[in-house]
Amino acid sequence: MNRHWKYLIAALVLAVLIAIGYFSGRFVLYITMKIMILSIFAMGYNILFGRTGLLSFGHAAFYGTGAYGVALCSLHVHTHPILGILAGIVAAALLALIIGFFCVRHTEIYFAMLTLAFGMMVFSLMWNLRDITGGDDGLSGIVRGSISLGFWKISLMKDSQFYYLVLFFFALTVFLVDRMYRSPFGLVLAGIRENHVRTEFSGLGVKRYRLAAFVVSGAFAGLAGALGLLLESNVTPFSAHWSHSANPVLVSLMGGLQTFTGPIVGSVVFVLLREFIQRFTQNWMLWFGLILLAIILGFRGGIVGSTSQLLKKFAK
Amino acid sequence: MLESLVHVCLAGISAGMFIWLVASGLTLIFGVLRVLNFAHGSFYMLGAYFCYTCLKFLGIDFWLGIIVGPLAVCAVGYVIERWLLRQVYDLELSYQLLLTFALVLICDELVKIIWGAGSIGSPTVPGLSGSVRIAGRNFPVYNLFIMAVGPLVALGLWAFLEKSWWGRIIRAAASDREMAAAIGVRVPTLYTAVFVFGAWLSAVGGALAVPYVGLLTTGMGEGIIINAFVVVVIGGLGSLKGAFLGALFIGLLNSFGTRYIPALDMFLTFILMGVVLLWRPQGFFAGVDR
Repeated sequence: MNRHWKYLIAALVLAVLIAIGYFSGRFVLYITMKIMILSIFAMGYNILFGRTGLLSFGHAAFYGTGAYGVALCSLHVHTHPILGILAGIVAAALLALIIGFFCVRHTEIYFAMLTLAFGMMVFSLMWNLRDITGGDDGLSGIVRGSISLGFWKISLMKDSQFYYLVLFFFALTVFLVDRMYRSPFGLVLAGIRENHVRTEFSGLGVKRYRLAAFVVSGAFAGLAGALGLLLESNVTPFSAHWSHSANPVLVSLMGGLQTFTGPIVGSVVFVLLREFIQRFTQNWMLWFGLILLAIILGFRGGIVGSTSQLLKKFAK
Repeated sequence: MLESLVHVCLAGISAGMFIWLVASGLTLIFGVLRVLNFAHGSFYMLGAYFCYTCLKFLGIDFWLGIIVGPLAVCAVGYVIERWLLRQVYDLELSYQLLLTFALVLICDELVKIIWGAGSIGSPTVPGLSGSVRIAGRNFPVYNLFIMAVGPLVALGLWAFLEKSWWGRIIRAAASDREMAAAIGVRVPTLYTAVFVFGAWLSAVGGALAVPYVGLLTTGMGEGIIINAFVVVVIGGLGSLKGAFLGALFIGLLNSFGTRYIPALDMFLTFILMGVVLLWRPQGFFAGVDR
């Protein structure tokens, strides 16, 4: 596929998403927002996992930080959503900088363990600091303020209004990640994944690049958390629990690790499948476990990877 | 003051013994197979649930239960290693981690479907019910029994690995897989055996935990695996001695933490894990016993 087709498809998807905002009911809006937020989380996560080859089990901590950032900002400072989201992103990025500084010294199993340890540290702080975070009850009843641009106010109270804010950030994320992957920075990250020794030999500070990838991906997780909080209007410490970190991993694997659209396709499938399975059974995680197993054993390219391989076979 | 100190210590040690049983299997499997098994906590949980089923529905003795339950888990472990894990040894490490993670999800949900969350009260353990007075307070006899089992298992494992013919083969395969295969060790079979043995250790821990915890939940596997990870990291991945001392230490740390600084409950454990990983990623005992 050449570049023009890609732009065309992107434009089409955008048009469909805008149309959904205009015409559809609350349920579809809610599901679409969930998909977009999960996509942001997964795309950010995939910068680290799919691109740089580092498996993190602590990304839920940044998601949680983003969510608590907005919640605390709107409770104590101001309910302006943009301010809150910025606060959430900055908090998550700062946390990622601190945690990443320690974590990127190791790779593979030690990296996974370190991120797990730090992630759970954040979780336990959120759990224990009852005065600030509300303990295991979390913080609830966060109102979406309206975006005031001087004389003009955009209300976000209704889901159909908030939808466009989510869509805006989703499009922004797609744009930024796409640009990043094509930039020299993104290429260096792919180089680190393929062979970090050779990357180091070509004079690039591998650790610094890893740290940068960690912070960027943490910031996106924070953005996802911030939007997730504004959507649900509450947050509990479990959003920072390590088992929540599994979601972006699942989504990225399902969609296809080393593809750009993988996390987005994965999110669509994940959220829709979850809604579908939940109609029949409470135990939807069982099915995701089985799917994950099948992907690891048989379809490591994920949906996007496997499909494009299949298409190539047909083209021959 | 002194009494409470003694009892906090005792509680910490007995809790540490359960962590040790899980961590020993975890570290053994890592040492030989080089796989960090997320599902190891699930074996603990399954051991507990199988034992509970034996007690409640088959109406058999507790002592028979802690033999039968873990054996059932061994069968599960065999299937997992033989048909699932073996496919991914040659892949990247993250796939191995994620495979075992998928198993956690599956086990948790299956347990929820089959058993629900089961409250079992406290089944009487023949010969070990009641309590003794230690330092002016009552302490359950069963916990004393657990505190004896842990070191016994440690001793048994040490003797098995260091003194027996089987142990020598396991150590050989752990230090150099190809060389061991070249001198005629059937490495794939050995891997299966070690995995099943590790699963058994963890399941025994779970079965022993049945009278101790009183309430079985699907969260018990996740709760203990995190602690076991911390322990294994502190002791050094693959080191049994490290796992034993680490488990004791974490048990005591948890116990003292919840007693004296409840605000930092879990935080202490994880900060310890983080510090050890950064300062001495190989742990404190790696290379000592192997």
